[in-house]
Amino acid sequence: MSAAPIAKRDAEAEAQRKAASWYEASARERVRLFLDVHSFQEFIGPEQREISPHLHIFNLPEQFDDGMIAGRGLLEGQRVFVAAQEGRFMGGAFGEVHGAKLTGLLRAVRDAKSIPLVILFDTGGVRLQEANAGELAIAEIMRALIEARTAGAKVLGLIGGRAGCYGGGGLIAGCCSALAVSEQGRISVSGPEVIETNRGVEEFDSKDRALVWRTMGGKHRRLIGGAEIFVDDTIESFRVAAIQLCRCASAFDTAVLQSEQMRLKQRLRQFGFCPDAVDIWRSQGIENPDAVPDMAADDFIALANRIREPRYDAR
Amino acid sequence: MEALHFHHKVNQRAAGTKVMAIVGVVASGNLEVLVERILPESDCELDIKTAAVGFGAVWEQVVADFVELRSPGGLKLSVNDGGARPDTVALRLAQAVRLIEELDP
Amino acid sequence: MTLDEILYSLFPQGHDVEKNDLGLVRGSGVLARGGRVQVLGVVDRTPIGADEALQLSEWVLDVIAQGGSDPILILVDSDSQRMSKREELLGLNEYLAHLAKALIHADLQGHATVGLLFGHTAAGAFIATALATRTLVALPGAQPEVMDLPSMSRVTKLPIEILMEKAKSTPVFAPGLENLAQTGAVCAKWNDKRSLADQLQVLLHERRAHRDQRDALGKLRNGRPKAADIQDRVRELALQAQ
Repeated sequence: MSAAPIAKRDAEAEAQRKAASWYEASARERVRLFLDVHSFQEFIGPEQREISPHLHIFNLPEQFDDGMIAGRGLLEGQRVFVAAQEGRFMGGAFGEVHGAKLTGLLRAVRDAKSIPLVILFDTGGVRLQEANAGELAIAEIMRALIEARTAGAKVLGLIGGRAGCYGGGGLIAGCCSALAVSEQGRISVSGPEVIETNRGVEEFDSKDRALVWRTMGGKHRRLIGGAEIFVDDTIESFRVAAIQLCRCASAFDTAVLQSEQMRLKQRLRQFGFCPDAVDIWRSQGIENPDAVPDMAADDFIALANRIREPRYDAR
Repeated sequence: MEALHFHHKVNQRAAGTKVMAIVGVVASGNLEVLVERILPESDCELDIKTAAVGFGAVWEQVVADFVELRSPGGLKLSVNDGGARPDTVALRLAQAVRLIEELDP
Repeated sequence: MTLDEILYSLFPQGHDVEKNDLGLVRGSGVLARGGRVQVLGVVDRTPIGADEALQLSEWVLDVIAQGGSDPILILVDSDSQRMSKREELLGLNEYLAHLAKALIHADLQGHATVGLLFGHTAAGAFIATALATRTLVALPGAQPEVMDLPSMSRVTKLPIEILMEKAKSTPVFAPGLENLAQTGAVCAKWNDKRSLADQLQVLLHERRAHRDQRDALGKLRNGRPKAADIQDRVRELALQAQ
């Protein structure tokens, strides 16, 4: 292909990305669209039929890729590895095969050292029907992730899907070099229903969507420092964020952990007695904190950058 | 769960050269269809695993209509179904064939 | 065994491990053949929230800062993560991840990490402590779980009796030490009738490889039939594709 058709193809691709919602897209669509056109190559694709060995016990249907897509591609010409969770299959939850694909990919990232991995999170946590395998998978992923970062590789997380990034997924996200999150993204360990069931509706009303988003949603995570970049809900925005994060220096060593210790200690000291997110935002100097949830993405991004610059040296 | 298998003889091969395509997601009311170009050109097979038990006759009809409409010769379609309605099934089967018939760039 | 009995059996030469107000323990113990083990942990079935996780990670970072190669033993009898609005508001996922990172980093830096599960643990607390060590052992009576059966029953909408019936034919989802051992999480069950010091010494001298071997263990014990192979295949395909 000569230059003109390629430029036209790339312009069309960019237009398509700008018009496509990350939230609405399937995992396969996200992977296909956010990478350079036709650059994706899958490892153990659905035609291999490596399905869950456990779901049949519960009479549940399997998915050929077990809800996890692992592969490689190009981001603006740079090689990246990619792992994407399908949030609509079993809630994007970690099962044995699903998790093992990500662990294997991380070990390759560790051994290759210089190719970043982008994880497209969309998960409710551990798949209960395979709870022990799922929990172990998460532990193995975290170990492999830290080994990869120790070897000098970057592992980046993108969060903006239907299932959010809950449970063990939230812990894996906390191990990443950096995160990008959209309004729709949520990051949490215990889910809203679990908190309500265990502690009562006065502690947390899981039906109060505004409360869920104030507490766990993308805007709050960006403001409190739980994610580096806030993006609009388009495939293009996430692509741009991923490219930016790939370029950011982020080591992993004792100094980084000590910086994180200080960062997290400071957060507890500053906000540990705030009853709600609006109290945190107010104490951060935001004049009209009640207006934050309704702010458009661009306005919010400008506000967030005024309040706190993202740190790339303390995660 | 119920497993169903259908085989049809068809007049025309599915267009294109791609050997594999996949559409859909396994979820309540949804299904995935994996399509592979691995059969002789006059054959079409469907392997279905469905969470909705007892609808064999409905599947048979939907599949027969699909084969008649698209003449997917040479294709094996493997389905994991989470209990989708017949029109959603028909849509996914059609999407799968359209995808595998797409010309490579 | 009580905590005191465990500590005494682990360190007959002496230890200075103490419990603080948060339900956490910290100290060190002397090994029979010389050397020290740094001890920290969660006891009394305390839930792990942001404050607890932050304290534990501070202690781990202290050990790293001191240099040397003292092993780190983490004693575990915890609840799950602390479930509260406050915890999630403050970003509990980061606090728990930070603790796991500190433990994994310590291990990679030469402080062999050992988890000793002697009571309960669950969910996020389990991942951030016991499952973040290189080697996890347990005493009889330990009760690790991902989620308790009544909660699992509520979420999956399956009666407890059905879950218990299915649990007879697979170790892959139900709580319990046997299941977590079979799937590869728990490396070994210690004998509470024998000296824990001896068993610890054997473990430390085995010089386990840094490589995470839980997938291989799960395959060997028939608890996770596919994980190890899938991991290996993806890794190889990814490295070939460069």
